[in-house]
Amino acid sequence: MNQFTDRRYIFTVAIILVGLVFIIRLFQIQVLDKSYEQYALSNAQSARVIYPARGLIFDRNGEIMVFNQAAYDIIVTPRLLEPFDTTELSRILEITREGVKERLHTARTYSIRVPSVFMKQVNYENAALLQEKMYQYPGFYVQTRTLRKYTRPIASHALGYVGEVDQKILDNDPYYQLGDYIGVSGVEKAYESQLRGQKGKNVFLKDVHNQTIESYQGGRLDVPVEVGNNLTVTLDAELQEYGEKLMAPYVGSIVALEPSTGEVLTLVSAPSYAPDLLVGRNLRTQFGNLASDTLNPLFNRALMAQYPPGSTFKTIMALIGLQEKVISVSTEHSCFYGFYVGNIHTACHLHDTPLNLIEAIQNSCNTYFINVLKSILTDVKFNNTANAYDNWRRHLLSLGCTTPLGIELTNELNGNIPESGYYNRIYGEEHWNYLTIRSLAIGQGELLVTPIQMANMTAAIANRGYYITPHLVKAIEEVDAIDPSYTEKHITSIDSANYEPVVEGMDLVINGGAGSTARNAKIQGITVCGKTGTAENPHGNDHSIFIAFAPKENPQIAIAVYVENQGFGTTYAAPIASLMIEKYLTGEVKRTWYENWVMQLTQPVVNTRRSDTTQAVNTTNDGTQE
Amino acid sequence: MMVRRNNIFANLDWISILMWLVMLTFGWMNIYSANIMEADSGIFDLSQRFGKQLLWIGASILFAVLLLVLDAKFYTYFAYFLYAVLIVVLIGVLVFGKEINGAKSWFVIGGFQLQPSEFAKPITALALANLLTSHNYNLRKFWHLLQAGAIIISPPMLILLQPDLGSALVYFAFIFVLFREGFSAHTMLMLAALGFLFFATLIMDKVLLLLILVIAGTLIYMIVSRSFKKGAINLAWTAGLFGALFGINYLFDLGFSLFILGLVTLVPISIGLTIKGFKVKDYTNMKILAGVIIAIAFTIAVNYAMNNILKPHQQHRIYVTLGLEDDPQGVGYNVNQSKIAIGSGGFSGKGYLNGTQTKLHFVPEQSTDFIFCTVGEEWGFLGTTFVILLYIGFLLRMIMMAERQRSSFSRIFGYGFISILFIHILINIGMTIGLLPVIGIPLPFFSYGGSSLWAFTMFLFIFLRLDASRLELLR
Repeated sequence: MNQFTDRRYIFTVAIILVGLVFIIRLFQIQVLDKSYEQYALSNAQSARVIYPARGLIFDRNGEIMVFNQAAYDIIVTPRLLEPFDTTELSRILEITREGVKERLHTARTYSIRVPSVFMKQVNYENAALLQEKMYQYPGFYVQTRTLRKYTRPIASHALGYVGEVDQKILDNDPYYQLGDYIGVSGVEKAYESQLRGQKGKNVFLKDVHNQTIESYQGGRLDVPVEVGNNLTVTLDAELQEYGEKLMAPYVGSIVALEPSTGEVLTLVSAPSYAPDLLVGRNLRTQFGNLASDTLNPLFNRALMAQYPPGSTFKTIMALIGLQEKVISVSTEHSCFYGFYVGNIHTACHLHDTPLNLIEAIQNSCNTYFINVLKSILTDVKFNNTANAYDNWRRHLLSLGCTTPLGIELTNELNGNIPESGYYNRIYGEEHWNYLTIRSLAIGQGELLVTPIQMANMTAAIANRGYYITPHLVKAIEEVDAIDPSYTEKHITSIDSANYEPVVEGMDLVINGGAGSTARNAKIQGITVCGKTGTAENPHGNDHSIFIAFAPKENPQIAIAVYVENQGFGTTYAAPIASLMIEKYLTGEVKRTWYENWVMQLTQPVVNTRRSDTTQAVNTTNDGTQE
Repeated sequence: MMVRRNNIFANLDWISILMWLVMLTFGWMNIYSANIMEADSGIFDLSQRFGKQLLWIGASILFAVLLLVLDAKFYTYFAYFLYAVLIVVLIGVLVFGKEINGAKSWFVIGGFQLQPSEFAKPITALALANLLTSHNYNLRKFWHLLQAGAIIISPPMLILLQPDLGSALVYFAFIFVLFREGFSAHTMLMLAALGFLFFATLIMDKVLLLLILVIAGTLIYMIVSRSFKKGAINLAWTAGLFGALFGINYLFDLGFSLFILGLVTLVPISIGLTIKGFKVKDYTNMKILAGVIIAIAFTIAVNYAMNNILKPHQQHRIYVTLGLEDDPQGVGYNVNQSKIAIGSGGFSGKGYLNGTQTKLHFVPEQSTDFIFCTVGEEWGFLGTTFVILLYIGFLLRMIMMAERQRSSFSRIFGYGFISILFIHILINIGMTIGLLPVIGIPLPFFSYGGSSLWAFTMFLFIFLRLDASRLELLR
């Protein structure tokens, strides 16, 4: 008790006030704010993702085409780092000290708490060495990943490649985390969800030193990993390799189908590249090279190149003409060096004259087919050219020529067959007729198709009246049936009977003796039916084209070969097609002299290519890989 | 002797002792939880902290009895002596002591460690009480005040040399004792204002602060002189001059900062007001002005000290607490983990022995400075509130007991106990919930540590002994 006794109240109030403030604050962080609970959980839990092995890819005969190899990523969690010997680490990983510091900085900037990739695809020896010394580097761990490996360096376009997910995918699909791999193109992309399996997760309880104590709650939160499904594709690996070998010196495409099923036997786009070039770390360095190569090796010509079909289209003209009954098998037209009407002239090479339908196919007479077009477009069934044209176009639609066919690969383009409206706009209604568009009859002009459309057309002829959508998947493990759209028959608008004369004509093209345009494609003991084509190219040499199927009865293979800038169809495309057929049907090629001749290119290609900086062109003549 | 002993037991404040025991028990339970690793250690396992703490608790009970047995006069007679011994010991630890965690604060005897800076607290309180009750002592006399200051400041100075900032800082609480004993309230307010100014300097932009000080000065003047007009005129002059200077600076692109311009403005204003003041013989203006100038000087000094004297990590700690900097990984890590541990406890906690943060050692210094986290995590809001209410109750009871002393010595000593106890609780808990910077001091009766436990027990039981004989004749 003294004169200042009242000051006790200041103490009392101060103490009570502080207590109150604390209680309020505690209420705030313990009761109101729920986020601390989350932080606590994430402190103590640690989830390790288990990456499943990606599904393998087999060819139609069960030969393995794509398999997995282990790759080792080094993962770092900056928060858990303690001082370590950067020199030693840089030595183990074979990078510079600055490299180590840079990567640490990148990781820290990304997140202090969340693990991120410190270094990708370290080779096995280095990873093993680091693993041994891991106790010296707390905060790091080694994560095993799988990378793709290819038994043969083929089918890059069809198979596609696997790369890291980009931001768009991360935003849209929560399955993927930064640093995950995803199929970027080809079959790898089309069947991504089958091939990738399902990530698993093991949740551990860990303490502040990031040492794993035990499985969290006995594995209650664990998710089992599911291995990816294996895929069997329709490709024939051996044939594919052969096709790429034959096309090595050229620019162009080969598409071979099994007509009765629509299965794609080979899909060749030249120039091509070795699939290894886009695996793992190579992807970053090689993609730029490939993308800037002037010959566009990444461009899948089989699906995306729009070419004029040239004389191969005459087969279609014949079919339509017969179907519309404006011509018959015995319809004849004479031709003396070409087609003449008034001032209009289209040249044709010298041959017997007059020719009937089958002979016209055999000799590939331009005049004949321009006349066929005339007959179709002046058909009295239709009151004007435009309507007759649209009807003509309708047939093409049913043959799969006017829309993308629907193969699994996402980059298929369409050909181009204009509708009548197009010509109406250019020339004015009623101001155009067969003469204006006569080049369509011989597969030139505005008419464009893709190689796969050509092959598909050929398959329709081989089947005498239907096709099945070309596709690459034959079977998926764990899945009973493939998509029904790949087994559905598309019946063409041409009657089956009308195909026979065309088939006859195509038989004679190869086997008919004098006048036949592709006698060099003949194979001993097999009746091959085909049609040559030579497309005019205003920029350089003509393109060489050939379609074929064999055997004539019960055909097993329908093929379309397109070789840019190599002149007559006979010269290059036909032998290539012939060799491919021989290889497929007999298993080996006896005409090795022919093989060697084909592979020795003599004509230069228009664009600059094969400079030393590109690694795009893949094979040497015996198919070995760099 | 018998009579006396009966006296003691009759007058002993059993409620305080009960509260003390509750604190010890609950504290021990939390230390146990924070340290238990395997289920098969018995509670007496001396290799574990909880085992040791049990030992310290046992020892402190014995110590408490010993303190109660001694005569109350013992403490008054030996106050200065103990203080002298203390000073010697504090110097001694600097020479002979062992360095742990970067501070030479420990004596190692046998297998045990002793921290003299803890015992310095009750002993300083004894010495201070002795001084303040000495003959003819007057707190208002400057020389006497200085002596009190010397007693208060000497131990922390020595402790700072160890270095142990936290332990030294708590001595500042003795000012509260002086306040209770008559220290000028005005001065206290000034000191408090300086404290606020200190933080304001750190948080606010200095131009804004300058503006606020000028306006505050003007307002104070208006209130004191009861003239709105005069104050407004002064303000108008100041604003006008500032505007002119700003204009000149801008037009001629002189590049002076706003702060400098502000300071320069004040110079002629100050001179003008001073002259006017002398003329009119009204010095209020000048006094207020002087106050404002001192405040400005103070902020400049604080800025200088912060940037040039404090080490970066110390600056950093303060900034992190003030929320000016974010550092979840470095200095902020402790507090962050602490908040997480406490926050994740929810309303009723995760249950005794179930705290994941505690068990997995996410909170550093968990059984010592951050023991409150274990309470928060395992006992939840209910637990933490219980502890706070317990402490408040205890402190309020101590105040009541201090006030009922007839002897000033006892009262002063009591307030010493209250102040020191309060500052520990304030800083320790405040730190764990992120309201105050991280300063390493223990939570009384809770934190693991023999020295701290004994020192606070000493504090309490000396006071209890003094209190028990409060009814005896005045000394």
